Amino acid sequence: MYVSPVREPLIKGGKNYSKVTEDITRPILTKPGKLWFFGITISSIAAVIGLIAMFITVRDGIGRWGVNRTIGWGWGITNLVWWIGIGHAGTFISAILLLFRQKWRTSINRSAEAMTIFAVMCAGVFPLLHMGRLPLAYFIFPYPNTRGLWVNFNSPLLWDVFAISTYFLVSLLFWYTGLIPDIATMRDKIKNKFIKPIYSFLSFGWKGSARHWSRHESMSLILAGLAAPLVLSVHSIVSMDFATSVIPGWHTTIFPPYFVSGAIFSGFAMVLTLMIVARKAMNIEQYITVGHIESMNKIIIATGSIVGIAYITELFMAWYSGNIYERFAFYNRAFGPYWWAYWIMMTCNVITPQLFWFRKLRRNVVFTFVVSIFINIGMWFERFVIIVTSLHRDFLPSSWSMYKPTLIEVAIFTGTLGIFFTLFFLFIRIFPVVAMAEVKGILKTSGEKTKH
Amino acid sequence: MEEKFIFSGKYKFVSLLLILTGLIAVVAGFFVYHDHGSRFWANFLMNTTYFNAIALCGVVFIAVHMLGNSGWQVSIQRVPEAMSMFLPVSGFLMLVILAGLWFNFHHLYHWAHPDPHDTILELKKGYLNIPFFSIRTIIYIAGWIIFARILRKISVLQDNNNDLKYFKKSTVYAALFIVFFAITSSTSAWDWLMSIDAHWYSTMYGWYIFSGLFVSGTAVIILLVLFLKGAGYMKHVNKEHLHDLGKYLFGFSIFWTYLWFSQYLLIWYGNIPEETAYYVPRLDEYRNLFFINLGVNFIFPFLALMTRNSKRQPWILAMVSVVAFIGHWIDYYLIVMPGTMGAEAGIGFFEIGMTLGYIGMFLFVVFWGLTKASLVPENHPYYKESMEYHTQY
Repeated sequence: MYVSPVREPLIKGGKNYSKVTEDITRPILTKPGKLWFFGITISSIAAVIGLIAMFITVRDGIGRWGVNRTIGWGWGITNLVWWIGIGHAGTFISAILLLFRQKWRTSINRSAEAMTIFAVMCAGVFPLLHMGRLPLAYFIFPYPNTRGLWVNFNSPLLWDVFAISTYFLVSLLFWYTGLIPDIATMRDKIKNKFIKPIYSFLSFGWKGSARHWSRHESMSLILAGLAAPLVLSVHSIVSMDFATSVIPGWHTTIFPPYFVSGAIFSGFAMVLTLMIVARKAMNIEQYITVGHIESMNKIIIATGSIVGIAYITELFMAWYSGNIYERFAFYNRAFGPYWWAYWIMMTCNVITPQLFWFRKLRRNVVFTFVVSIFINIGMWFERFVIIVTSLHRDFLPSSWSMYKPTLIEVAIFTGTLGIFFTLFFLFIRIFPVVAMAEVKGILKTSGEKTKH
Repeated sequence: MEEKFIFSGKYKFVSLLLILTGLIAVVAGFFVYHDHGSRFWANFLMNTTYFNAIALCGVVFIAVHMLGNSGWQVSIQRVPEAMSMFLPVSGFLMLVILAGLWFNFHHLYHWAHPDPHDTILELKKGYLNIPFFSIRTIIYIAGWIIFARILRKISVLQDNNNDLKYFKKSTVYAALFIVFFAITSSTSAWDWLMSIDAHWYSTMYGWYIFSGLFVSGTAVIILLVLFLKGAGYMKHVNKEHLHDLGKYLFGFSIFWTYLWFSQYLLIWYGNIPEETAYYVPRLDEYRNLFFINLGVNFIFPFLALMTRNSKRQPWILAMVSVVAFIGHWIDYYLIVMPGTMGAEAGIGFFEIGMTLGYIGMFLFVVFWGLTKASLVPENHPYYKESMEYHTQY
């Protein structure tokens, strides 16, 4: 396949196949550095704090949270939606970008998919806790039982159960399918006789024969086809948790595509936050190049602008509807007691990504890192704004209320961040962080040529 | 390898014949229907906006691929470029509707003559008033035509000069166009189509219209490419190019359905009278078309283009494209007619004849546009990628 010389090489430094293996497996085969121990210690401490707070919630009940009768959904659901959204970048990169034959995805898909899985795990914590009685959580599954109970199929909350569990399952399968050849490489590389059998078991007896590859590739393509609609469906259904209601600020038809776009937006921000640090710390800057960062930043401008248009469309339609409740909901969002949350959201999500229109800025690694943090914060506030400001002043002014998270809620959120980063730190020590086999597949066409 | 399209007498005859059919239908309608032209204006608006969307898709197609740094489409790029040359015609026709609004030729937009007791329209008056509406319409049309012309001009200039500066310049204009389009595609949909049902609103509406634009535009690109191939041009277009176009048609048909369904589901679920008011007449008086719309725009392309082979089979691709073209015409029919004609609308010689007339105009302009430059932009930096296009999946 011919590649135009105008295109920037995706793999720098004139790599050959063995060099790729060597570079990517090095972090697993060598002892971790101080930075890694420091990072995993901090994140495990955060995780433990979160687990304690979760225990307190389960022991005492939802009364330990700041939610009340008017504002029934607070940080819990905000965090759920935020985490689910973070996961979307992984699926988008591995499914949609695969179908669009974007070769640059090969350097980042592995870690982004791992993020997806960890993020969905963190997300799952919140609805489970919010149910109040954790041991009865299995009631959400519809199966014939003697209790005379049945789930409500009309409820988007139930659709969420199916959507998110399917999403988790398909993402996991996708991630693992891609990992098999790389695990086999690890099996061949590792000398330690206790660890070798584990990799050997996990590699499913991969030999790298032509038949294996052929099946592997068709499997990847089928999974990509299955995962592509999931990118859209999961966050659409999450958005329907809100949009099927008749609450001004929640009930609006743009929600499904706008949530999906926001999810991809926040997901890419998180990938950038993590990978900008990881590529430096793990010395893989020749694999995740400035070109990769620029490509991701382009997706950030696109999805960020879609989100911006959605905000403005909602605002305009609230006025255009001529419905006084709609108008009030949006006026209250921007100028009510939670005005600060609204303007943080607007600044972080609409204004900062627009700076990436400048090529200099979107190729600037430090600047990208700062903006990615802004977007992570902004997208968290988006969910907070949607949930809390729409609820806190409802149709009945006598029940208007304010919401403040308790320490327990803050600790649970910190805990999920801790769990997420702990898992990520473990992941980079156990599995190759870049999909070696896939990078090798594009090396001939898109690798930088060596100077002889 | 320069290749030029020849606008032969046969093609001229066919397109002029189609235009003539349209004219006959309009004149006949004048004598047959005594409804003060309301049927004429409703069809006029419907066809103008529909063909405008298809022409606009030509520019969108070029711009998004430019920004996505994609290479495969370069060898068919002249087709969407030629499609975009219809924009001045559809723009002019839209100005006729605008003139009609000023001089009371028609009653397409009832907000233009509101009932004084209508408090909702009173609240919207800041946006829905004739002068502001006219300014917006002119901005959309002028903006789209200017961007289409600039992108086309740079592309043709590149044919004689293989300097990279043209490539870079067109990327900048493509980005500017996409920003302009992102805003105006929504607002023009609100203005021209959503405001027919002036009381009703849906935040999704602009994106829904956009998804239809991409499907019908892709269908027309496929048909034109297959036509050119059949006529002996563009030999370099192989099954891979067709496969990719087929994927677009397949994917965006699903995307259209996704938006259609999300909008319907949320309004059905909320069950608020202000919102369901849009679907009630469509389900009561246009029930058959309402479901046919879903059948031809979702179920048919979904099943027909599911397999890899069908996307690579020219005749299947052509058939699905024709169905998608008709399907989205039905979609526009369902968008425009209930609000303008009430239960009186039908599909007869008038509707079909007038649409054939628009097809004739569109083909005439596109064929003429194709003759204006080589069929392949050979100095494009991705030209060779597109000519030697093959892939394993």
